[in-house]
Amino acid sequence: MQWETVIGLEIHTQLATQSKIFSGAATAFGAPPNTQACAIDLGLPGVLPVLNAEAVRLAVRFGKAIGAAVAPRSVFARKNYFYPDLPKGYQISQYELPIVGEGRVEIVLGDGAVKSIGVTRAHLEEDAGKSLHEENLAGGGYTGIDLNRAGTPLLEIVSEPDMRTPQEAVAYARKIHQLVRWIGISDGNMQEGSFRVDANVSVRPLGQTRFGTRTEIKNLNSFRFIERAIQFEVERQIDVIEGGGTIVQETRLYDPERDETRPMRSKEEANDYRYFPDPDLLPVELDVAFIVDAVADLPELPDSMRERFHTQYGLGEYDASLLTTGRELAQYFEAVVQATAEPKLAANWVNGELAAALNRSEIEIAQSPVSAAMLAGLIHRIQDGTVSGKLAKQVFEAMWSGEGDADSVIQARGLRQITDSGELEALIAAIVAANPGQVEQYRAGKDKVFGFFVGQVMKESKGKANPQQVNEILMRVLASD
Amino acid sequence: MQNKSIAQMAAELRLRTYSSVELTRHYLERIARLDPRLNSFISVASESALAAAERADRAIASGDAGPLAGIPIAHKDIFCTAGIKTSCGSRMLDNFVAPYDATVVERLAAAGAVVLGKTNMDEFAMGSSNETSFYGPVHNPWDADRVPGGSSGGSAAAVAARLCAAATGTDTGGSIRQPAALCGITGIKPTYGRCSRWGMIAFASSLDQAGVLARSAADAACLLDEMAGFDPRDSTSADVAVPDYVDALDDDIAGLRIGLPKEYFGEGLDPRVAASVQDAIKEYERLGAKVKEISLPNSPLSVPVYYVVAPAECSSNLARFDGVRYGHRCENPKDLEDLYKRSRAEGFGAEVQRRIMIGTYVLSAGYYDAYYLKAQQIRQLIAADFARAFEEVDVIMGPTAPTTAFPLGAKMDDPVAMYLNDIYTIATNLAGLPGMSIPVEPVEGLPVGLQIIGNAFQEARLLNVAHRFQHVTHWHQGAPSGFE
Repeated sequence: MQWETVIGLEIHTQLATQSKIFSGAATAFGAPPNTQACAIDLGLPGVLPVLNAEAVRLAVRFGKAIGAAVAPRSVFARKNYFYPDLPKGYQISQYELPIVGEGRVEIVLGDGAVKSIGVTRAHLEEDAGKSLHEENLAGGGYTGIDLNRAGTPLLEIVSEPDMRTPQEAVAYARKIHQLVRWIGISDGNMQEGSFRVDANVSVRPLGQTRFGTRTEIKNLNSFRFIERAIQFEVERQIDVIEGGGTIVQETRLYDPERDETRPMRSKEEANDYRYFPDPDLLPVELDVAFIVDAVADLPELPDSMRERFHTQYGLGEYDASLLTTGRELAQYFEAVVQATAEPKLAANWVNGELAAALNRSEIEIAQSPVSAAMLAGLIHRIQDGTVSGKLAKQVFEAMWSGEGDADSVIQARGLRQITDSGELEALIAAIVAANPGQVEQYRAGKDKVFGFFVGQVMKESKGKANPQQVNEILMRVLASD
Repeated sequence: MQNKSIAQMAAELRLRTYSSVELTRHYLERIARLDPRLNSFISVASESALAAAERADRAIASGDAGPLAGIPIAHKDIFCTAGIKTSCGSRMLDNFVAPYDATVVERLAAAGAVVLGKTNMDEFAMGSSNETSFYGPVHNPWDADRVPGGSSGGSAAAVAARLCAAATGTDTGGSIRQPAALCGITGIKPTYGRCSRWGMIAFASSLDQAGVLARSAADAACLLDEMAGFDPRDSTSADVAVPDYVDALDDDIAGLRIGLPKEYFGEGLDPRVAASVQDAIKEYERLGAKVKEISLPNSPLSVPVYYVVAPAECSSNLARFDGVRYGHRCENPKDLEDLYKRSRAEGFGAEVQRRIMIGTYVLSAGYYDAYYLKAQQIRQLIAADFARAFEEVDVIMGPTAPTTAFPLGAKMDDPVAMYLNDIYTIATNLAGLPGMSIPVEPVEGLPVGLQIIGNAFQEARLLNVAHRFQHVTHWHQGAPSGFE
C-alpha cells in the first residue's frame, strides 16, 4: 500500500523581551539557577500577574508578518496540571481566543516549487521552569528545580496539517525560524531552547481524506532532529499498521542517540487541563493605534525581498533565496550592491567566499571580520583591474584574517596586477626565448601550447599579470618571426 | 479607651493625651487577657506592634504623621505580611512567612497604622462560621457557644470585643458582611477592584475583595480612605478616582431611594431578624428616605452559581500549594505523586478539599459547558438584575444573614445549610458591587445586621447612608458583656 504522511508543527518561540511575560524578572539565558525568579515566578501566595506589553507588541508583529488577523480582543486562560517546575499548578496561556488568527507562509521545495502552508493560530503563553535531574545534587536522589525560565514569554505558532514530508516540515520550520529572527521578535537560538518544535505526525493510505491517528513528538530542538524524528515516526507508524496494529494517540520523545521516538506518557496519565479564563488578567483589548505602532517599523519581509532581488538585480532564484535567509545577510548584500552597482558580483562573493568563511569560522554575518564596505572595496579593485579575480580571493582571505581593507592588503602583499605593457613584453619575450621547442610546436599548429605560455607567464608574475594583456601580447609575439 | 472612635483616638494621639505605645500596650494587654475566650488571633505581633507604635509617636512628634498614625489594627491572616506568619487559617501555610506585604497592608502601614497581629479565619476563607480554621474555631463575643460567622470571623470577633480599633477582612461571598452582622459591628465590602488584591491570598479571584470591619461606618471610612485605589500590580484593580469617604459621611440622605428586594424577605428568613431589619428601614424613612419594593428575580440562583464559580477558581488557585517550594510537605515522600497527594491531604482541611473537588469537577472536560459556562451566563443575569434595580433606587437594603449567630457545630455536618447563610450576600460578589452590614436591634441579645448594597464605586454613598443611621441610633455602640 502507498502511504501519505500528514504533519503539523507547533513551534514555541521565545520572545525577545527584557523581562518575563507576567513579572519584572529578567529573561537573560544562563544565569545561576533561581536567580532570575521573583515572587511571581515562584508562585508565592497572593502574587498576581501583570501582562508585559512588549510581548504583545512582538506577537502583533508576527501576526502582521504572516498576513494574519490580529485579534482586537484575546483572552488568557489557565491550563491546569501539576508538575514541580510549574510553580502555580497552571500555565497561563491563550486557549479559545488567541492573539493571532489564521495566516500563511510559503516554503520552497527541493524542486524549486513553492508550497503554501497554513498557520492556524499563534498565541502568547508563559514558559515553565526546568527540572534538573542531576546525579550529585544535594548528595543524590534529588531533583532540582530551576525557575529562571518560568514565566519567559513564548509565542506558540500552530500550523495546519499541511506538510506531507519530513523535508517540508523542516522547510516550514526554517521558514518560521527565518521570519521570527527577521522581524526581530526572537533570537531563535535553538541550543538555548528559544525555538522548540513539536511535530504532530500521522499516516494514511494515499487517497484517503480522513486523517490517521496522530502522535506528537515533543521538544525537537534542531532542524536535523525534526527531519529524522519525523522520518522514524512515519516508518514506525507504517510498520505498526502494516503489522495489523493501530496507532495510539500519545506524546513521544525523540532520542537522537538511538535515532528513535519513544512514548513519553501513556493515555491513562493524560491530563484534563481544565482550561478556563484566568480571572487575574483582563482580556487583552488592542486598539488600532497600538497595532499600527507595533508594525510601523516592520522591515521588508524575506519573500518580498527575495522577489525584489530577482527582479531588481536580475539574480537567480537560488542566489536570491540564499541572500534572504537572514535579514542581516540581506542587508549586507544590499550595502555591497549600493557601493558597487555590481549585484551579480556581489551575490557571487557573498554566497561564495563570504558564506564559506562564515561557515568555516562558525560565526554569524554580524560578526564577520569583513564588513560590507570592505567587500565593496575589494569588488571595486576587481572592477578597475587592480586585482584579478583569482588574486582577489587571496585579498579576501587576508582581510578575513584582519590585515586591513582591500587596498592595504594589495599594497602590503604587492598583489597589484601587472598592467605595464613594457614589463609584460619583457617577461613574455624572455619566456618565449627560453622555450624554443614549444614555440615551434605552436607555430606548427598546436594551439594548445598557447595555454602553456599563459601558465608560464602567470607563474613568473606570481599571478599578477593581467590575463587579457598577456593574451594579446603572447598572440602577437608568437605570431611574429 | 477601647470604645473611642478612630477619629477621636487619632485626635488624642496628636494632642499627646496618650501615646501610641500606651494605646498599643492597652490593646495587647486586652488581647492577652481576653482573647483566650475568643481565639480571634492566630498571631500576635507585640514586638513589631510596639516598634511601629514608637515610630508613630515619633512621627506625631515631628508633625509628619499619616492619617492613621498610631492606631492599632489587625489584619485577617489572608493578607501577606513581611515578617509575620501568614497562615490563611491552614496547616498548609502554618510555616509560611511572606517576603512581602500585601498592598492593603502596605498602604495602611504607610498611613501609620500599628499592626497588633493576624486574625483567625476559615481555612483559605472557605466557610461561614470560622469553624474550618486549622487554628480552631473563633467564639462569638456575644455568646461564646456561638459562631462569629466567617470567613473573617477572627476580625469580626476581635473588633466586637474591642481587641483592636478595626480590622481588615476579605469578602468573596459575604465573608466581611456576615460575620460583621453576627458580631454586631460594621463591615464594608467595596466594589470588586476597589482595593488591590496583591498579596491577598486568592480564594476565588473574580469575587475576592478586601474590606474593613470596624465599630462604625465612620471608623470604616477612615481605613477605606487609605486602602482603596488603583494598584499597577493587580490587573483587576480599578483605575477609578477614590473620593474622600470621611468627607462624605454627613451628606444629607433626605430623598434617598431605598429598594427592598422581595426575594430577600421570603422563606428562610428568621421573622425576628426580618422585624429588626424592617424597624431599621422605618428609621430610614424617618430620616427622609423613600422605600419601594423591587425584584432581583435571578437572586435565588446566586448560591448555586457561586458554588460553581468559586470552587472552580479555588481549585486552580490552590494548586500552587503542592509541597514543592513552601508550605506543608509530607514526611518521606516515596515519589512525586506521593509528595503531592499526602502534602495536600495533610495540609488542607475537609471543607477546602471539598471545594477543590467540586471545582475540579465543574471545570473538567465534558462538564465545563454545563456548569462553569452556564454559571458565568447566570452571573451576567444576576448583574443585570442589579443594573435594572439601580435605575430606580439609590441603595438596596435587606437582611445580611437569615438568622442570628448559630451554635458552634450546628451546621458543620450540613454544608448546604452552611452555604445558605450567605444567601443574601453572595449576589453582590457575583455582580461585583459594594455591600455593607451595620448592626440594628438585636434579637434575644444576639446581633442582627442590615445589609446595604450600592451601585459600583458607590462606597461613599454606602458609608454615608450607614453613618446617618448610626448618628441617630446606638445599636453600633453596644459592647458584648465582658468586653466593654
